Amino acid sequence: MAIKEEIIQLLNEINDPEIPILSVMDLGIVRDVKIDGEDLEVIITPTYSGCPAMEMIQTNIRKCLSEHGYKNHKLTIVLSPAWTTDWISEEGKNKLLSYGIAPPTPKQHTCKPALFHEQEAIQCPLCQSYNTRLISQFGSTPCKALYQCNDCLEPFDYFKCH
Amino acid sequence: MPVVNKKKDSPIQDPSSGFMEPFLLHLADNALILGHRNSEWTGHGPILEQDIAISNIALDLIGQARNFYQYAAKKINEYPDRVVNSKTVTEDSLAFLRDAWDFKNCLLVEQTNGDWAKTILRQFFFSLYQSFLFEGLQLSADKQVAAISEKAAKEVAYHLKWSSEWVIRLGDGTEESHNRMINAIDELSKFTEELFIPASYELEAAKHGVGIDLTLIQPRWKEKMEAVFEEATLPTQKLKEKLWQGLFGKEGRHTEQLGYILAEMQFMQRAYPDSEW
Repeated sequence: MAIKEEIIQLLNEINDPEIPILSVMDLGIVRDVKIDGEDLEVIITPTYSGCPAMEMIQTNIRKCLSEHGYKNHKLTIVLSPAWTTDWISEEGKNKLLSYGIAPPTPKQHTCKPALFHEQEAIQCPLCQSYNTRLISQFGSTPCKALYQCNDCLEPFDYFKCH
Repeated sequence: MPVVNKKKDSPIQDPSSGFMEPFLLHLADNALILGHRNSEWTGHGPILEQDIAISNIALDLIGQARNFYQYAAKKINEYPDRVVNSKTVTEDSLAFLRDAWDFKNCLLVEQTNGDWAKTILRQFFFSLYQSFLFEGLQLSADKQVAAISEKAAKEVAYHLKWSSEWVIRLGDGTEESHNRMINAIDELSKFTEELFIPASYELEAAKHGVGIDLTLIQPRWKEKMEAVFEEATLPTQKLKEKLWQGLFGKEGRHTEQLGYILAEMQFMQRAYPDSEW
């Protein structure tokens, strides 16, 4: 188990290239680490089908493990169960907030609002006001939506529920 | 009408691995071609936020296509006699080295972007179809098809909400936007019927519990479509007038539009074989 903890420590240092405040552990995309003698298997699940960051994340994980002497490692991509923003750690959510990105609200409340219905109020990460509005469901990366605060007027990213 | 142009001995077309290969390629081709069409808007969207939105949708679709192509390649490579010139099949060779008659996408997705209204309506028709399709395929007897679909369904929910709202915004907007939606309906509605007419590989897939019965989702598609059209003050009558009944793109018979897409999309691999990004 000591090896597993060491691996997880290493993975804690690998960041999402698009949102570098978050590690792959914070994001919840590492589903399991399996150790069998010399062999090591890291199981990850992609966030969005077409997320361009996934390739770089895989490369970075491989590089990191090799550099730390884990030559016999294997990366396995598992699609099901599908990744959900509920898997982002509490620490990850706090990091997002400190980075100026509103963290996702729990999905059961918000994922399927009716047409033209606003999501439940998203808190502005800058002035903490709930008086905000959706600008676009789609933002600078697949995982984010674009919001604006009606009070401080700052636009901000919301890590949309998924 | 689409040109009948089938090459007899195309290695990819031979269904020696049964229904799985054409079934997976059909799902992948639909997503890739619409993803490519949407990507043509990147840098040309009507406003920045919508440019980003349509580009994000393109990215999701191309991601779905990659998942299906990777799985199709794995299946094809299980048959050694299918490997041509000792080259294994990859997601890239499937996307970039097949010709128009090998593509199994529906005619709807290859139609030109036209104006924003036509692009929106094409997305709405297709996302609505995909929402029911992936809802069903999540329960597929094939675990990988189920897994890809489970993931894709979450993305499609966003595409559908976005495109539905745009149909309403344009339909119930100004006289100009309304008329543009009417034109879009006129141009695209004839291609919707093909979505629900099963090709032989879809029938086989459904029989084996891998695919779904498309005739069951058609009434649900129609009901939801009409509800959105009603809110958008758009007539549904036009859709009933001149539908193209039959299988076209699903069997490799395409409109001339697909050739132009492939010419652009495949140029690099054709000019510089095996080049890598």
